[in-house]
Amino acid sequence: MSANRPPWYKRLYDWVERRVQLEGPVKDAALHPVPQSTASWWYVFGSASLTLLILQVVTGILLAIIYTPSAAHAWDSLELLNHSLPLGWFLRAMHGWGSNFMVAVVLIHMAQVFLFGAYKFPRELTWIVGVFMLLMTLGMAFTGQVLRFDQDAYWGLGIGVSIVGRVPFIGGQLVDLLMGGPIINGATLARFFTLHVFVIPGTLLALTALHVWMVLKLGVNEWPMPGRIVRRQTYIREYNALAHKDGIPFVPGAVWKDLFFSAAILLAVAVCAAVFGPYGPKGIPDPTIINTVPKPDFFFLWIYTVLSYLPPEMETPFILIVPVVAIAILIALPLVAGVGEKSWWRRPVAVFMVMLLAVAFAELTNLGTYTPWSPKMSAWSSAPVPVEFLRNRTPLERQGANVLQEKQCRNCHALGGNGGLRGPALDTVATRLTEDQLYRQVLLGGGNMPAYGSALSPAETTALVRFLETLHPNDQRPATDASRQVAEQGGLPTSKSTVERGAGQINVR
Amino acid sequence: MDEKLPPPSPQQPSLSEQDETLERERQSRRTFLMNIGIALNAAVAAVIAAPVVVYLFGPVLRRKEYRSWIEIGNVSDFPPGETRLVKFRNPFTDPWDGATGNIPAYVRCSAQGELTVFAINCAHLGCPVRWFSESQLFMCPCHGGVYYADGSRASGPPERGLFTYELKIENGKLMIKAGQIPTLSNRAANTPCPSPSESGKPALVSRINPCPPTDRPGTSASTIG
Repeated sequence: MSANRPPWYKRLYDWVERRVQLEGPVKDAALHPVPQSTASWWYVFGSASLTLLILQVVTGILLAIIYTPSAAHAWDSLELLNHSLPLGWFLRAMHGWGSNFMVAVVLIHMAQVFLFGAYKFPRELTWIVGVFMLLMTLGMAFTGQVLRFDQDAYWGLGIGVSIVGRVPFIGGQLVDLLMGGPIINGATLARFFTLHVFVIPGTLLALTALHVWMVLKLGVNEWPMPGRIVRRQTYIREYNALAHKDGIPFVPGAVWKDLFFSAAILLAVAVCAAVFGPYGPKGIPDPTIINTVPKPDFFFLWIYTVLSYLPPEMETPFILIVPVVAIAILIALPLVAGVGEKSWWRRPVAVFMVMLLAVAFAELTNLGTYTPWSPKMSAWSSAPVPVEFLRNRTPLERQGANVLQEKQCRNCHALGGNGGLRGPALDTVATRLTEDQLYRQVLLGGGNMPAYGSALSPAETTALVRFLETLHPNDQRPATDASRQVAEQGGLPTSKSTVERGAGQINVR
Repeated sequence: MDEKLPPPSPQQPSLSEQDETLERERQSRRTFLMNIGIALNAAVAAVIAAPVVVYLFGPVLRRKEYRSWIEIGNVSDFPPGETRLVKFRNPFTDPWDGATGNIPAYVRCSAQGELTVFAINCAHLGCPVRWFSESQLFMCPCHGGVYYADGSRASGPPERGLFTYELKIENGKLMIKAGQIPTLSNRAANTPCPSPSESGKPALVSRINPCPPTDRPGTSASTIG
């Protein structure tokens, strides 16, 4: 054995490398020069998305060892993971939190790419492929929520089915295809399992390979400078100048920040998983348990909010047309605005669009967490009338408070800060509506309130309105119908003016 | 070992050589045979794909089998003036469906012998509505849809009243035609509406909406400031 013979592992490496010949392409990819400005903490979100995708694939495969995609057993297998299998809960939590982080990081990556103008020439197709990767990611999030086969998953599917059922002409057939049968059942779960485990991730991985390939081929987008205009004729030359004259090799110049951030993200997922634990499963997916309040996962709450605020006649067109238009806009963006300014300092509309979408997303999600549009189903029996509203009231008025509780008024109307938010709070309703208007509103409804005429006896109505008449602050008189007073005096106006009578002043009842 | 050994691969033709080869082969017998080979594969792929398409569309092709008459109780179980929750096993299930094959429904008896069976699913987006006998209302927990006791829309986002099942009474037994989740587009929803329909809706809405909302009180725009 000669003295300078390399160690065994080096010889093994060389033996393999002579046959696979991957060193060249890998070195090309790793050492390709990138503009120095791209070695920035702003450029770490793409690689972090990839890291999270790998995490999801690995944890997903580990969960598939136990998970049973059968409608009769899926819920039990999740419970087994949560409670019986050592650290099964942690893997479920990692997969669930990994999903949350992945959607969030992908969206941040997209916003960054948009604000940095990175979708412009020659990276239009990279952006378009990215749009489809976003759709795949959201598809994974939705189908994953279905695989957590609990009540939310069941009724979430019901919502999906109802939306698809609104498609003109072929809606019924699409519903059958989506569910794999006439109802949400085992066939439905098997379909979503296939989508979540084979179809969507397979497509997503293929698109990811294409996306990364194009990033390597076309170079990392340079840091945009105001006034540095993208032109098809000159861009490549300018980029090469930036990358080669003022460039650094991607490894290690830029990659160390990617590595640091990926590690931080993985750690954050693990910490969230360990601290907050896995998502559900909530109640068993039995449709005969109807005392349930289905709610989508965090990233779909905004849709839930939009669906509740749309006026009925706009809903179907909106649901069917807006997503198509939104996707078309995203795809068309680089084709329409493929050249010109990249810097956000010169693209105020783009910046405001991102801000508007972020604020809208935050606000719609916030509303979705406490659903002011939904009746609180248990408020009528769990939120009593506060005592101060009953003190010094006549028996009839107190009977009215009983009616208020018994007829589920509180499911939509708050009193003392407690109850549903669907309708207005009733604490000061007497200052807004006169006695006659209260009768009218209770009996005939209106303003999105059902009519209670057929559910209330005349005596109940009288008691209820008498009670509602007491709901005004002590320093504010209840609303009255001035014309009634005039009518009672035989058509003559009152002798004293409103000011003389002291209306709007102290009137303790 | 400073010097790397050359890879033991055969010499690859250069790009210009590849182009020359392609040009030379364009009109050759070999290219003709290759094209026949491609056509052969396309034909075989079509033959294989046809059954796959039929397999994938199976749920659509079987849709006529989905609904059938099933018994959900004795007529005497439903006293006049009451609305009761019933559960039945869906007539079309697989052994691995578990509890998802159990379907709830509301049976309303408005007067002796006058029965209506409502689907549990809100006509808005399919969530399970709950019956409140005190206020005589169905309320939906998802987006706040509310229906009157007769199933007609009271308030909230639904475009129409509750879905109803076709029903018949045989030997004192209440039978309904069930088996399919009701949506705005299938026949399960296509039974007579609980309240008389109104015309004058925009074409798109009235076509997909067999039971447009009526002008009942409570459905109109706000009447209070």
